[in-house]
Amino acid sequence: MTLLMIAPILLHVLAACGYAALGWRPATAWLGAVASAGTLCAAIALAVATTDHPRTAIGGLLRADALSAFMLIVIGVVALLAMLASPGYLAAEVAAGHTGERAARRYGILTQAFVAAMALAVLAASLGVLWVAVEATTILTAFLVGHRRTRQAVEAAWKYVVICSVGIALALLGIVLTNYAAVHARVPSAGVLDWAVLAGHAADLDPGVMRIAVALLVLGFGTKAGLAPMHAWLPDAHGQAPAPVSALMSGVLLSVAFYAVLRVKVIADIALGAGFARTLLVIAALASLAVSAALLLAQRDYKRMLAYSSIEHMGLVALGAAIGTRLAMAAVLLHVLGHGLGKSVLFLASGHIHQAYGSSKIAAVGGLTVRAPVLAGAFGLGLLALLGLPPFSLFASELGIVRAGFSAGLGWAVAAALVLVLLIGASMLSGWRSMLLGTPSPEGAAPLPAVVTNAAGGAAPPGQATPSPGGTSPRLTWTAAVPLVAGLLACAVLGVTTGPLRPLLEAAATMAGATP
Amino acid sequence: MTDSVYVPLLDLACGAFLLTGVLVLWRRDLAAIVRLFAVQGADLGALVIVLGLHKGSAELMIAGVAVGGLRAGLLPCLMRRALMAGGEGRETKPLVNVAGSLLVAAVLAMVAYAVSQPLVRLTPTPATQAVPVALTVLLVGFFVLVTRRRALSQVVGFLLMDNAITATAFLTTSGVPMVVELGVSLDILLAVLVLQVLTTRMRAAFGGTDLDELRELRD
Repeated sequence: MTLLMIAPILLHVLAACGYAALGWRPATAWLGAVASAGTLCAAIALAVATTDHPRTAIGGLLRADALSAFMLIVIGVVALLAMLASPGYLAAEVAAGHTGERAARRYGILTQAFVAAMALAVLAASLGVLWVAVEATTILTAFLVGHRRTRQAVEAAWKYVVICSVGIALALLGIVLTNYAAVHARVPSAGVLDWAVLAGHAADLDPGVMRIAVALLVLGFGTKAGLAPMHAWLPDAHGQAPAPVSALMSGVLLSVAFYAVLRVKVIADIALGAGFARTLLVIAALASLAVSAALLLAQRDYKRMLAYSSIEHMGLVALGAAIGTRLAMAAVLLHVLGHGLGKSVLFLASGHIHQAYGSSKIAAVGGLTVRAPVLAGAFGLGLLALLGLPPFSLFASELGIVRAGFSAGLGWAVAAALVLVLLIGASMLSGWRSMLLGTPSPEGAAPLPAVVTNAAGGAAPPGQATPSPGGTSPRLTWTAAVPLVAGLLACAVLGVTTGPLRPLLEAAATMAGATP
Repeated sequence: MTDSVYVPLLDLACGAFLLTGVLVLWRRDLAAIVRLFAVQGADLGALVIVLGLHKGSAELMIAGVAVGGLRAGLLPCLMRRALMAGGEGRETKPLVNVAGSLLVAAVLAMVAYAVSQPLVRLTPTPATQAVPVALTVLLVGFFVLVTRRRALSQVVGFLLMDNAITATAFLTTSGVPMVVELGVSLDILLAVLVLQVLTTRMRAAFGGTDLDELRELRD
């Protein structure tokens, strides 16, 4: 059991050591994917083992329950997709001269350590260790965001570290105050920050202190989850990071930070009644949706567009958590998984498009459907998934959140959210229509080799794009296509049937404090 | 240690902690700001040692020495190195001038007192009664962070906030559990290292560390 719980962290630490020792070579490039597959297996085994009761390991430092196991599955799935796409992505970057051998090695080390930190965050039994792990993800991803060392990348990395560190510092103050309230309530000192122990003693915690603590914790972890008002770092960081890292950050890191909010909410609901955390979350959710809708209206950069869409989806997740019924919580968790799959496919696809066209401006890309049918298909289907259309699982989860909202008396908030979601959908569709179907702009109309020489520093990546004799299309190799197709397929299957995931979703929703 | 010695010593340490925090707003010379930050780190270490002496806890005194060593020694040393590499000595043009900043600090102190009432009410000991001081430094740090235009000033603002949180932890409950404390210190140290490296890269890419130059990414 202990081994099963350490495995997700240990495998990635070992993979990171492997990259440190051997560097990024054709043989070691797949190490990350192997470690991620191992994590996914361990996560599934943990999900089976924790259905009846939570398990602990290493003297109570780690604890796995259904919710942690579910989050670990999300981490494993998205990490697997991102790591399968990494070798091809880096090969293209190296071929284009954006990345050297040292930078590739650092990429290997940092991505693996990053996944290990996320696994630690969801397995930690103590709020303090959870905090340390979440802050560690900021530090580890800082250089991944600044990977290309351009002015934009340095700026994005600076904003990312400063805003996230400040936000997470507020969460630390929240933890300090929770500790204060817990010590005063005579919580045994061995488990003073353990969230299960805290939830058990939550009724004794001083409400005056807890009110400040919970507000700080939601604001702090909300920063890292990309919720308004502290979302300003997100579009920059997700827009500048290498595509597989954007997939990881957008697909799982946001939800891992939101997982911390869920754990806090369980304690807050007992200590302060359900209204307090609900009010905070509804405000954050609607503000995030409004910010995302406003800034998507005139967005001209497709990677930033995806980033704003992440703010939208975290807003929906926060809204679902605010509703808090059993149906809403299960829908929130399904939404987290569906968003992780859909968004990572889109970011990986956008990475291929960026490498082929040398620009992340929507205007530079046109008529993708003709040039690269598979890539365009994956991008278009991923877009439909993100917009919440059937058969993809985001349709089912959004429907669940809406239904739960109306039956829980939050109909006004859900109605406002739906209007904003429609607005967001319309502006994303108009942007993407010109990428996929529209007539190529003058810049995009030129045959690919010309585009590549025009675009600053861009060169045709040999592993990714095979210019046909006509010289028009950035076609995908099969290794690059596999993660895209697999992600979409998984998202669609989940939308049709949750199958064996259903009992896990229900158990996890209960652990997340779902009210009947 | 008797109360008649403990309370004045505690208040002295807290007063010095607050004063150094506010003085950061007054100085524009970056080297002086780093020196003030180092003095504040020493004050924080002294504060924890005084608490340790009062409780007769050797563990707390060792923690005090460690906190002082990190915040008065290691972190200022790192910042000084970043400063030497850059050769930019002064804060250019803060968004709010010095007189205005000091007035804002007074307002922030009142806010901190108002907000921390529930915390003091829970256990009104001399130590928890000093919590508003720590929260004032937290708000001052946040203010430095949003109004100053040099990369290094932003780092100092962030570290002031962190000092204030550490002070709150020790004043309320003699610190959070050991494993958390260690992890937090390590994270802070690494964050400062990362920011130092980013400052170097910023200088290479933008030719300076004026944050007003960061305007490539706007919507």
